[in-house]
Amino acid sequence: MEHLLINHYETAAVILFGIGFLNLLLQNNLVKKVIGFGVMDSAVYLFLASQGYIEGRMAPILVGEVAHAADYINPIPAGLVLTGIVVSVSVTAFSLALIQRLYQKYQTVNFDEIVQLARQKGDE
Amino acid sequence: MPFVYNFPFFSIFICMISGIVTPLLKNGRWAYRLSLFASGAGLVLSSILLGTIGPSGQSYSFMMGHFPAPWGNELSVGPLEAVLAVAICLVMLMALLGGRKDIFDDILPEKQKLYFIMMNEILAALLALTYTNDIFTAYVFIEISTIAACAIVMAKDQSATLVATMRYLIMSLLGSGLVLIGIVLLYCITGHLLFPNLQQRVLELVATGQYTMPLTVVVGLIVLGLGIKSAMFPFHLWLPPAHGSATTASSSVLSGLVVKGYIILMIRLFYKVFTIEVIRELRITNMIFLFGLAGMIVGSVGAIKEGHIKRMLAYSSVAQLGYVFMGIGLGTDIGVMAACFQILVHASTKPMLFGCASALSASRHHNKQLHALRGAAYENKLAGVGFTVGALSMIGIPLFAGFAAKVFFASATMAQPVKMWMTLLTLALSTVLNALYYIPAVTVLWSRPVDGETGEKQPKDPAFAVSTVVFIAAVFFLGICYQPVVELIQTGLSLL
Amino acid sequence: MSKMARIRKEKKTPWQKFCAWVNGDAAEQMLLPAQPPKESKKKAAKAKREKTTSNHRKDMGLGQFDHIYRICAVLIGIAIVSVLMAVVLKLPLFGSPDNPSVNEVVERYVEKGLEETGAVNMVAGMILDYRAFDTFGESSVLFLAVTCVTMLLMRDRNNTDKKEDMLTAQEHVIEGYEEDIILTKISRLIIPCALVYGIYVVLNGHLSPGGGFSGGTIMGSALILFAVSYGMIRMSRFFTYATFRKVTSSALMVYAASKAYSFFTGANHLESHIPLGTPGAILSSGLILVLDICVGIVVACTMYGFYALFTKGEL
Repeated sequence: MEHLLINHYETAAVILFGIGFLNLLLQNNLVKKVIGFGVMDSAVYLFLASQGYIEGRMAPILVGEVAHAADYINPIPAGLVLTGIVVSVSVTAFSLALIQRLYQKYQTVNFDEIVQLARQKGDE
Repeated sequence: MPFVYNFPFFSIFICMISGIVTPLLKNGRWAYRLSLFASGAGLVLSSILLGTIGPSGQSYSFMMGHFPAPWGNELSVGPLEAVLAVAICLVMLMALLGGRKDIFDDILPEKQKLYFIMMNEILAALLALTYTNDIFTAYVFIEISTIAACAIVMAKDQSATLVATMRYLIMSLLGSGLVLIGIVLLYCITGHLLFPNLQQRVLELVATGQYTMPLTVVVGLIVLGLGIKSAMFPFHLWLPPAHGSATTASSSVLSGLVVKGYIILMIRLFYKVFTIEVIRELRITNMIFLFGLAGMIVGSVGAIKEGHIKRMLAYSSVAQLGYVFMGIGLGTDIGVMAACFQILVHASTKPMLFGCASALSASRHHNKQLHALRGAAYENKLAGVGFTVGALSMIGIPLFAGFAAKVFFASATMAQPVKMWMTLLTLALSTVLNALYYIPAVTVLWSRPVDGETGEKQPKDPAFAVSTVVFIAAVFFLGICYQPVVELIQTGLSLL
Repeated sequence: MSKMARIRKEKKTPWQKFCAWVNGDAAEQMLLPAQPPKESKKKAAKAKREKTTSNHRKDMGLGQFDHIYRICAVLIGIAIVSVLMAVVLKLPLFGSPDNPSVNEVVERYVEKGLEETGAVNMVAGMILDYRAFDTFGESSVLFLAVTCVTMLLMRDRNNTDKKEDMLTAQEHVIEGYEEDIILTKISRLIIPCALVYGIYVVLNGHLSPGGGFSGGTIMGSALILFAVSYGMIRMSRFFTYATFRKVTSSALMVYAASKAYSFFTGANHLESHIPLGTPGAILSSGLILVLDICVGIVVACTMYGFYALFTKGEL
């Protein structure tokens, strides 16, 4: 339990990941599905960003002339999070555009309804 | 360093740069030519590379920048990667040739250029997934291929394709989320992102027994994520609508290459990061094995029930991917070798089947229901022959590629008695099931139309002819002269 | 209709209220307090459709399948969360300097970063020099995303009908003569500041927090603000789809070319001949500055492209 409290960022990230994951699976509303995906991805970035932190050290921007590894936090997670965020922005834009098209066609954002309507159209 | 060693990097960059340049071109025709050039160049470069490093069995890592392994990005190249790259470029080129007519018919003229951007980027992403030596680069390119794959499904822009794309996108997002958290956890317990360093740390962790539980979870998450993206059995439901409703070239590329890209990455991760022994000890292979077996049966049953020819082929892809997972699930070198061979077999057969199915339905007003295609083979003999060859190969008739793959799977199981019985039984059952839907389909195609009804005559399409002939040749090559290919795969696997 | 009427009539428990709030029904109720009794055609059609779909579902036994699916999904979700929790229990401690991730890689990035890449900002040095291939892939992802959105939303005969065309025409007319004076005056003040700030962030990417992605977003927001306050017609005087294509493609080309050069020289152990400059100066750190500018341009165009395509379906 204590471990969970010390790793509180990771714990929160895992809970958020679960929330996002369930939203992605359970929501019928496509926009809410995309929001769920956003929550899930942000949880992963929170997790990753918390890996970079080291108690009592500075942000990885050089101060002074010489750098000592013991003065700065880990810059790798920051870079990875940056890459990840760009990827999730792109994917979100793509899925929202797709939802907009589906809404134009079917006047609804409920995925079950869309599937039913598409099936009916196929039958006719 | 020999100049040839640069070729993987050149082929990836040629494809990416052609994707970037495409928006500036005049129209879809030029974009198409550029795509052909990119995949052709990739094919030539990869073949030269294979010719150089294949026979002597060399492997090397290629620095992407001025910094070596734990600091900078790297590519790693060996015979296996070179074989796969040749296959990927060849199938891409042939899919573009075979689907040319449908691309220009199905997609609006102003959007055709954008379609070819996606094709180029998919090729780049697949090559990068084949060559990369860095797990985070792999993640970025997984995302590229996901977005581009969804885009080529939806490019046809009909209600069915949009719904199928949405389904595909949701499943893919789920998969990449799981892969990403797996990678993050792996970084957290090892502190590395490059394959060689990761492997060293993983072996240390296994030896000391530290972090065993997190390591198991990492492998599980990555396998699950990549499995969702490559339609492993319980997660295969997105595949038939997506592959069945897209335009011909997209269907060919998706089922021939894109799903395989993730499996190739999985195999490389198993060898280069976790090592197959560790995976076997963690009992992950048994799970993959069972999912593979289930996929073989469920896919075939789905295909039997389907009346739409392209969706039937898509279900058959699920079954064929089941073979690949079964091979990986055996957890031995020879099993994985059979899986790699099956990847090549399926990549050369399924695009041909999709291409021929569309060509056959062209004379029936693009009606893809099987009963509408009665006698269609007489109007387009080459497509009929291509479909028949593909079907026989999928069933597993001797001399065709599918037979060789099945023999390899059967012989790969000899060492493990329990798995052997399961594998042999399922192989036999799945062969029967395959025959149950492919033979009726072929019979329908070659039976004389009842009321003398014939479709409209289609203009000759030399591009389609070239692609079908090349694919038929590939099927027979893999079915008869498989020995050199198998040797290359074996040396490649031992060098991974 | 049924849902809202029910909410209004029934006495609600706090839990139901909460549920309604979460689902956004409450806000809808507040925003549209007294809806006229006559239902719009669309809604009637929707209600009818709901009925048919629910019937359809019962016929096909989908209701049950849905139920099982939901239970399975919840179980899988709980399983994944609990497994991950168990993993967190075993993970190294937060913020401790002895974690496995603090190793020779970090050491070299921090200690040799300035010398080898010329960047004061180590994150910039890492993503644009040590691990530049990732970042190239990432820019391609953005490029692909905007291409996909164009494929979906750019007006063509598949996704527009007459009604929409009329609406757009109307909007163009309105844009033509009506200018919101507060908006235009204030944005005239803000847009130059935002642009300059964006350029500052891009150019200082290797010296301070920021870089191509953040600076590009700021510049993109300035472009969006311009389009909002002055209208698309004014915007199209200097920024059309052709410009967009040319600018994005050439920025990415420069990126690809410079990275290809540095990968090629690096892999073949050649001298790269690119001066790193004096640390801390704007013109320093070799290719990182060029890459940051390219990324900034691509991101700014992409952000504006998203806005324009989502609102109007054209660039």
